Amino acid sequence: MNRYPLWKYLLILAVLLAGLIYALPNFYGESPAVQVSPLRASLKADAALRERVEKALKAASLSPEVVALDGNSVKARFADTDNQLKAKDVLISRLGEDYMVALNLLSRSPRWLTNLYALPMYLGLDLRGGVHFLLQVDMKAALGKALEASTGDIRSTLRDQKIAYSGVSREGNMLLVKFRDTDARSKGEAEIKQHFTDYALSAKEAGGEFVLQATLKPEAERRIQDSAVQQNLLTLRNRVNELGVAEPVIQQQGADRVVVQLPGVQDTARAKDILGRTATLEVRMVDDEHQISPGAAAPFGTEMFKDRDGNMLLVKKQVILTGERINDAQPGFDSRNNEPAVHINLDGVGARKFKEASRENVGKRMAIILFEKGKGEIVTAPVIREEIGGGRVQISGKMSTVEAQDTSLLLRAGALAAPMEIIEERTVGPSLGADNIKRGFDSTKIGFIMVAVFMIAYYLMFGTISVLALGANLLLLVALLSMLQATLTLPGMAGIALTLGMAIDANVLINERVREELRNGVTPQAAIHAGYDRAFGTILDSNATTLIAGIALFMFGSGPIKGFAVVLCLGILTSMFSAVLISRALVNLIYGRKVRLAKVAIG
Amino acid sequence: MEFFRIKRDIPFMSYGRYTTAISLVTFLFAVFFLATKGLNFGVDFTGGTVIEVHYAQPADLAKVREQLAATGLPDALVQNFGSSHDVLIQVPLKQNLAGAKLSEQVMDGLHKQDTSVEMRRVEFVGPQVGKDLVENGALALLLVSLGIVGYLWLRFEWKFGLSAIIANLHDVIIILGFFAFFQWEFSLSVLAAVLAVLGYSVNESVVVFDRIRENFRTMRKAEVAEIIDNAITRTMSRTIITHGCTQMMVGAMLFLGGETLHYFAMALTIGILFSIYSSVLVASPLLMLLGVSREDFIKPEKTEAEEVLP
Repeated sequence: MNRYPLWKYLLILAVLLAGLIYALPNFYGESPAVQVSPLRASLKADAALRERVEKALKAASLSPEVVALDGNSVKARFADTDNQLKAKDVLISRLGEDYMVALNLLSRSPRWLTNLYALPMYLGLDLRGGVHFLLQVDMKAALGKALEASTGDIRSTLRDQKIAYSGVSREGNMLLVKFRDTDARSKGEAEIKQHFTDYALSAKEAGGEFVLQATLKPEAERRIQDSAVQQNLLTLRNRVNELGVAEPVIQQQGADRVVVQLPGVQDTARAKDILGRTATLEVRMVDDEHQISPGAAAPFGTEMFKDRDGNMLLVKKQVILTGERINDAQPGFDSRNNEPAVHINLDGVGARKFKEASRENVGKRMAIILFEKGKGEIVTAPVIREEIGGGRVQISGKMSTVEAQDTSLLLRAGALAAPMEIIEERTVGPSLGADNIKRGFDSTKIGFIMVAVFMIAYYLMFGTISVLALGANLLLLVALLSMLQATLTLPGMAGIALTLGMAIDANVLINERVREELRNGVTPQAAIHAGYDRAFGTILDSNATTLIAGIALFMFGSGPIKGFAVVLCLGILTSMFSAVLISRALVNLIYGRKVRLAKVAIG
Repeated sequence: MEFFRIKRDIPFMSYGRYTTAISLVTFLFAVFFLATKGLNFGVDFTGGTVIEVHYAQPADLAKVREQLAATGLPDALVQNFGSSHDVLIQVPLKQNLAGAKLSEQVMDGLHKQDTSVEMRRVEFVGPQVGKDLVENGALALLLVSLGIVGYLWLRFEWKFGLSAIIANLHDVIIILGFFAFFQWEFSLSVLAAVLAVLGYSVNESVVVFDRIRENFRTMRKAEVAEIIDNAITRTMSRTIITHGCTQMMVGAMLFLGGETLHYFAMALTIGILFSIYSSVLVASPLLMLLGVSREDFIKPEKTEAEEVLP
């Protein structure tokens, strides 16, 4: 009665083998590495880049252990941090600004493991050190900006249509358009309704004035808020690239929050500075009169800037417009020839200035320059074909749809859509991270040894089997965490220790049940069978309740608590498997074959 | 080896009056301290800034305080943390200082005073975040409680679910009472431990309840009190040994896990100790009080999971 069919043993063996393979990378440890990734969409990390990296390192007589292509980056692993830092400097100077060179840690596990996607556990910030920011996007400001932009647009639309109005103003989250008579109002209403579909309109008379109230429709409000968050995410991503962080996490949390995690970053002041900085855009005229001579200084009154393809352009110092005047930039198509284009929407002041400048400079080129970190880069430099009024500018010509998208993103993302505030910061220094790992590991180890010694002394052979099952549980849990690449935090490590302590419950239940059956005078074989059978229902119930707690923690927990919850839930699953199936298989293997079993060693 | 060779069932149910009195008194004490002293909420919940720094030599707290006062933070709390080399600085939320900038100012000031100072950890939590965490914590507690009652209702009977959750919420209140009495810091990880205890100590009740249900089927002639006594006595060995093993793990964390895990493990320790007591001596008398009877199981409830076992 206590025999397993062969397939069951094979299944358990297969699971254990898989567990061993996926847990293995954790034992190799990590080495310092340098990661090179391209900053432009047009550049790719490929074999050519790997060769360049290899050559650059060779030229500096640095010998990396491995240089490998991994996703969209090339990673070079070194034996120690000294060589790593040297390599970083070499690569930065050799590869130039188009690539991001970041410090990282790379697993030392052999390639065949990496090819099986067997990676070490992903350590949270509290274990590896780094910065965590939670930023809140100021939605009121985002809406205010949109309303402010509409005021100017409504004004110029009414003026263009020659509809007499006496004023457009913003009051709270409402726009008030004032007219002198109902006739003008109804004309204005029709016009606004047609062009400003985001607004809900209602007419009102107040103090002898005919007022049109415009409020944002809820769906438009949502869209504006959503795009504000999206734009801020994009801007943050661009900025974090500058910091040279190997594996940054930048994601939306809830409706109006953004999480930024920068593993390994210690200089929080710089990180905050870069995240909070506002980039600026400038519109200037290109100087096509002078020739650029390489190496020579720019002629008086001009500056030299690189465009996105790396060509140098001479640009006049006089600024026509700054980015603050740009309300929006969207990719689209030229209505005349269907070529990809970027539509820019300027505010009232911007529109007026732009009209003047374009009238005076028809046929000349205009440059839009993005300034970040005090360094300018030309986003695009189109030719002005005609005078442009109304604040709606279209840039087209020699652009692919992708480029149109990129350009409009850059124009928008140069600045934040709405201000952001840091509402949570958690920084862990590297020494504390290393200490935390050691403490978590030590307490698990000591706890495990104590439990093992006690179980073996108390239940003899059955205790040994329980301990083996517990060891398998630990192995499977580590393998599962590595496989899922769930973030392991310090509370997560505590979760591992706790699940192990709780997992032993299943074996104690079984062993006690077997003892009890033996005491009642049942034969050993029947006692083993009954013990496992009867204990199972109890094990199921008690694990289910813990699972409920784990799931609730996962749903409502944040950060490190989530890590604890993940480990708790996974640990329950692995402990069910190991405590019931693996320990039973061992018992069956040892006792199951003996027909006349007179005694079992259960203490 | 066997610690518990109990020949006759211990009449736990006849001690019901005393055990209920004991839990009532502990419970009232816990509620009293919670009401008068309140929980010492950590920065996770209240908002504010915590900075942990490390000095190469034993730190001079008075000098650190002096420096902080010069930085414009006279109300900062400065204390040793774990060792004499480590200092923990707590600054409450301030209106006039941008929270995120504060840690830099403090570190700059301390660095000027002593270049050996090393930043170990900075936590800044804004007021919005703390509020969210409190709400989420309460929601999680509610959800766990409802989930457990629901599960036990499905698997057993509503009387079991109700008495188990009362017994275990009693544990939770007592843990909180300890934290209020000693004014230990109540952080997010302590909250996690409390919720884990809730899930874990229900195990205890479940094991006893399982036996009670089984006994109702096998001990046809016995009184309800006898059935419960027998169930408790026969699971007692397992209870003590399981909790002993879990406690070994938790104890390792308590002593070796460092400051961060210390209170987490402390909450678990209290939880484990009281869950032994409550599941046996609170949940079971409650079950009697609610009038559990054989009729609750006479219904052909043959949905036992035992058949699942291969």
